[in-house]
Amino acid sequence: MEEINLLFQGFAVAMSPFNLMLMLVGVTLGVIIGVLPGLGGANGIAILLPLTFTMPPTSAIIMLSCIYWGALFGGAITSILFNIPGEPWSVATTFDGYPMARNGKAGAALTTAFTSSFVGAFFAIVMITFLAPLVAKFALQFGPPEFFAVYFLTFCSFVGMNKGSPFKVISAMMLGFALATVGMDTVTGQLRLTFGNHELMRGFDFLIAVIGLFGIGEILLSMEEGLSFSGATAKIRSQIVWETWKQLPKYWATSLRSCLIGCWMGITPGGATPASFMSYGVAKRVSKRGENFGKGEMEGIIAPETAAHAAGTAALLPMLSLGIPGSPTAAVLLGGLLIWGLQPGPLLFVEKPDFVWGLIASMYLGNLAGLFVVLTCVPLFASILRIPFSIIAPIIIVICAVGAYTVHNATFDVWLMMGFGVLGYIFKKLDYPMAPMVLALVLGDRAEDSFRQSMLMSQGSLEIFFSNYLVGSITALALGLLLWPLVGKLTKKKAVQAGNS
Amino acid sequence: MSEPSKQEMVVSVRTMEIITALLFLVFGFVVMTGSIKLGASWGSDGPQSGYFPFYISLIILLSSAVTLYQAVFQNKEKKQEAFVDKEPFRQVMAVFIPALVFILGVQLIGIYVSSAIYIAVFMVWLGKYAYWKAIAVGLGVSIALYVLFEVWFQVPLPRGTWFNPLGIVGVQ
Repeated sequence: MEEINLLFQGFAVAMSPFNLMLMLVGVTLGVIIGVLPGLGGANGIAILLPLTFTMPPTSAIIMLSCIYWGALFGGAITSILFNIPGEPWSVATTFDGYPMARNGKAGAALTTAFTSSFVGAFFAIVMITFLAPLVAKFALQFGPPEFFAVYFLTFCSFVGMNKGSPFKVISAMMLGFALATVGMDTVTGQLRLTFGNHELMRGFDFLIAVIGLFGIGEILLSMEEGLSFSGATAKIRSQIVWETWKQLPKYWATSLRSCLIGCWMGITPGGATPASFMSYGVAKRVSKRGENFGKGEMEGIIAPETAAHAAGTAALLPMLSLGIPGSPTAAVLLGGLLIWGLQPGPLLFVEKPDFVWGLIASMYLGNLAGLFVVLTCVPLFASILRIPFSIIAPIIIVICAVGAYTVHNATFDVWLMMGFGVLGYIFKKLDYPMAPMVLALVLGDRAEDSFRQSMLMSQGSLEIFFSNYLVGSITALALGLLLWPLVGKLTKKKAVQAGNS
Repeated sequence: MSEPSKQEMVVSVRTMEIITALLFLVFGFVVMTGSIKLGASWGSDGPQSGYFPFYISLIILLSSAVTLYQAVFQNKEKKQEAFVDKEPFRQVMAVFIPALVFILGVQLIGIYVSSAIYIAVFMVWLGKYAYWKAIAVGLGVSIALYVLFEVWFQVPLPRGTWFNPLGIVGVQ
């Protein structure tokens, strides 16, 4: 097993004292970010990215990915104790987590959530360990048409999997693509769509967009809801942990199913949020105690938490092996790799095995560290939420401003961030999805390059996307997903008609 | 508003849907004219710079036209649905407008002094905290930022284009 050998080399890289310390720091920061409203995995990492510029790339990515794991864990704390999802993917955790905490079983609920998260993440990491090298090896044969087809598939699956209006998904996505074209054209070196404005020559950096959309937008939304925190207190005693762990194995089927749902939704860019809802829904339907769901059922925590973590982790598979992030947070990590001069994609496995396997090994260790940190420090993190919003809100806005400024050392970017904040607020309320917009902004240039190269190869004929079995089947799959909402609509109409007659 | 709602709404979901779709259309036109100016066809060496953005703008125009159509003609019931009510809107503005002033401050007098003032004012005004607490938190955050960024990670933060208050205490 070549992978196992490489993985052990990776452990050797990840196990240095400096990296282990960064892991703990990252996980702790991540949990804090996950607990705070307005700071999440994506914008939290975006803000902290400049702080890692002075570190060696492997250490930096280890710390950043650990922030991500921490944020995934942190979301569950606020959901269970305060009924406030710290992150969108932990909304489904509130359904059963909060009732359980109110019944005086907060410790058990938290232990269940953390353990399930760990199981989900672990499953996904094992999958990454063995699948990512294969995908990368396979993708080495890809030419521009294949790559464009994969990008196309990524974006079409957003349209196919979103529950809202497909036209809004397309509009938001195209806005991202259009903003990505602003600035220097990477092929001809011409300035595009800057309309003579010097500030626009830099283009729209997606990090600014992420900080604005998810950070400022979220603060504005929380303000509207007039947050007042009142929650259960929790202290996890080791006895409760043991007792909960003894009960968990009997839910192995739910766990396994949630892992699979999560991995699938993470690789295709469905993301952690829909994965958690889907898994919760399926568990509710399948479980014998389904009618108890929503009243504080352990299975109702296991299902969404396992799936969310599996999805959040699996989103790194296409990011590493193809250079296509499966979630906005993965996109920010990808942005980091590019800044350090590492081009994610199939070649990364060949050229920088130390880096790739160090990162994969750090995923195992980081999640273990995460589980340890959250199990021991829950009261500390819960107390953060008791800091009133009128202190937290201005501090988060200051932090966001700092984060936006440090990307290019430009105050214009801070204004842009506010603009994106307003956009995020409006988009959220009108159901325009933000993830496809962010991914389009990230992948815009590369999608365009591969499209133009393909067009050059074929002298402008779109037939190149059906020129062989590989690219043809990817394109066909993408088109199928794109048209999926239409199919759904037609069958629904038929069902309604059948119901009427 | 035909139906009296519990709270006064500032704007309905339908109006916002229409405004957003119209803005998308305007954006689409701007991108389209921009890319046509660049050259959106096939040049001597392959696709020109405006080739890709042109099609992007075309899709924006089409999809937002459909959204506009749906908002105007199909989802009329959203007229009664509030995009935001008056009280929450006031809350949002209470965060948003000071934030804009803060960013203006960042540009003019640098981030450290404006952060301290912004946090302190916010705490006194919205949180009804005692002055000394507000000032302590404001100063604390600013000093923490300075130590973290300038000293520890050596990343310079904005000093202010108009006046650098840090100059008074001799920090460049």
